Amino acid sequence: MKANFKYNISWLAVMVIGFVAIDACEFLGIINTFIENMLVTIGINIILATGLNLIIGFSGQFSLGHAGFMAIGAYATGIMTQTIATPLGFYLSMVIGIVIAMIAALIVGIPTLRLRGDYLAIATMGAAEIIRILINNLKITNGAAGLFNIPPLVTWATVYVLMCLTTIVTVNFIHSRNGRAIMSVREDEIAAEAMGINPTRWKLAAFVFGAATAAIGGSLHAAYIQTIAPGDFNIMASIAILIIVVLGGVGSITGTFVAAIVLGALDTILQNFGTLRMIIYSLALILIMIFKPSGLLGNWELSFKHLGIHQRKEQSIHE
Amino acid sequence: MSSPLLTAQQIVKNFGGLTAVANVSVHFDQNELIGLIGPNGAGKTTLFNLLTGVTPVTSGAISLYTDQGVQSLNGKRPAEIAQAGLSRTFQNIRLFKELSVLDNVRIAMTNHYQEGFLASIFRVPKFYRTEADMTLAAQKLLAIFDLTSVADQPAKNLPYGIQRRLEIVRALATKPKLLFLDEPAAGMNPEETADLTRLIRQVQRDFHITIVLIEHDMSLVMNVVERLYVLEHGALLAEGTPNEIQHNPAVIKAYLGDEA
Repeated sequence: MKANFKYNISWLAVMVIGFVAIDACEFLGIINTFIENMLVTIGINIILATGLNLIIGFSGQFSLGHAGFMAIGAYATGIMTQTIATPLGFYLSMVIGIVIAMIAALIVGIPTLRLRGDYLAIATMGAAEIIRILINNLKITNGAAGLFNIPPLVTWATVYVLMCLTTIVTVNFIHSRNGRAIMSVREDEIAAEAMGINPTRWKLAAFVFGAATAAIGGSLHAAYIQTIAPGDFNIMASIAILIIVVLGGVGSITGTFVAAIVLGALDTILQNFGTLRMIIYSLALILIMIFKPSGLLGNWELSFKHLGIHQRKEQSIHE
Repeated sequence: MSSPLLTAQQIVKNFGGLTAVANVSVHFDQNELIGLIGPNGAGKTTLFNLLTGVTPVTSGAISLYTDQGVQSLNGKRPAEIAQAGLSRTFQNIRLFKELSVLDNVRIAMTNHYQEGFLASIFRVPKFYRTEADMTLAAQKLLAIFDLTSVADQPAKNLPYGIQRRLEIVRALATKPKLLFLDEPAAGMNPEETADLTRLIRQVQRDFHITIVLIEHDMSLVMNVVERLYVLEHGALLAEGTPNEIQHNPAVIKAYLGDEA
């Protein structure tokens, strides 16, 4: 129990140090609005990509519809905070977004998660397109024009805290009985089933969980950017999140962090290169895929446990 | 005669026009060690798949006898059947390759430990307690089968014979009443087969379960089983003790052909 406590405190310390460091930079004027914008984008991308990595990397289901669930969160916040423009209203809208996204994921997941690989990718892509087209044609979402003047209820600090929270919850989910059941389905569905694990149920659990985190990312996006349109959540948006997951390493949450930060920084630096930007960006992706096909970090995870592993083993034998 | 654990009555499986299993009736009793033999393509693995729900039966009844009475397994999903107490290994090893040996065993225990979803994502003390209990139970099981030293290795790194052993340990971790072993000695050298023979005896003795074994290695089969079923062309050819089977003319004919 003591070792667990120490372990948790170490992670908490890392998060607090990160927060204080950004806060100090902000105070000293090192971070201007431009860089803050980059940091917030990175934070939101981490939330989105962590959830997608759970679906792709841990449950082994190839989903191309993440932006659809993000759109649900974004529009829930966009619509609700225009009537209740308070922080409470924002959080309420986020919860509603999460619930709707989870219901949508259930409806999409039950029929499509029977499919595998490419077929599932196409099915989830179609589901995301349906969500986008619905938003495009509804009155409440203001159609193709989208929503403007969404109250700015989110600061970088909100994004930072929520990024930490969703990461903690996702990692805890993965490193538990639930996560192991999900990974067993990825490894061998028939064997998992013979061990009493219902594959559909666990795949659905990962898919719905991922959709919930996507909705959180969407809510933050809407409240920070203040403008959303259906076009923001098209197939390219899904692919952008997928790139972060694949680049960082499918099955590595640490990799997702690294990739989101590297790509976010690269994107910002390349702003100066004008039209060359997308070419250099794409070239960087191709080079990384050629030289490191398993992603930047493969499935390696940063862990404080490596340091104290012998001590823990002895402990368990003495118990 | 001991009480029955699982019975299959007149089960039939048709794949299109092909009858893979025709009117087979078998019964496996408590604490029995039963062998299932037959030439290639006789329908042995298909029978396993029918009994464990991987493929549904075309007709016939499969019943499990539990303390709560007789339970029909017809139309149940493999996961439900596994939860009811039927576990198995596979002809071509199906371990969770990328996961550690310990995790392979802990996954099989998934349904025996319920800490709750919220407890796991918010890491309340109950989560740590359940996790520690589960890990300890898995470690004990690994220790019994001499796998402690490889507990942290990914399953794919193990030698072939050890992988087979791990698959049996994983199946045992589901706390089965009945264990199906599908050609456990396939690809093993004589020494490994001898180890496996000891292992199977040990499992049946220490875990008080029924074991059904598909095997081509006659030294293994004749050594360990108490009763044998012989399948040929999807139909039951003979049933009896190893000694009876060895002298059964129909079985000799199926394996060796007619006397010239």
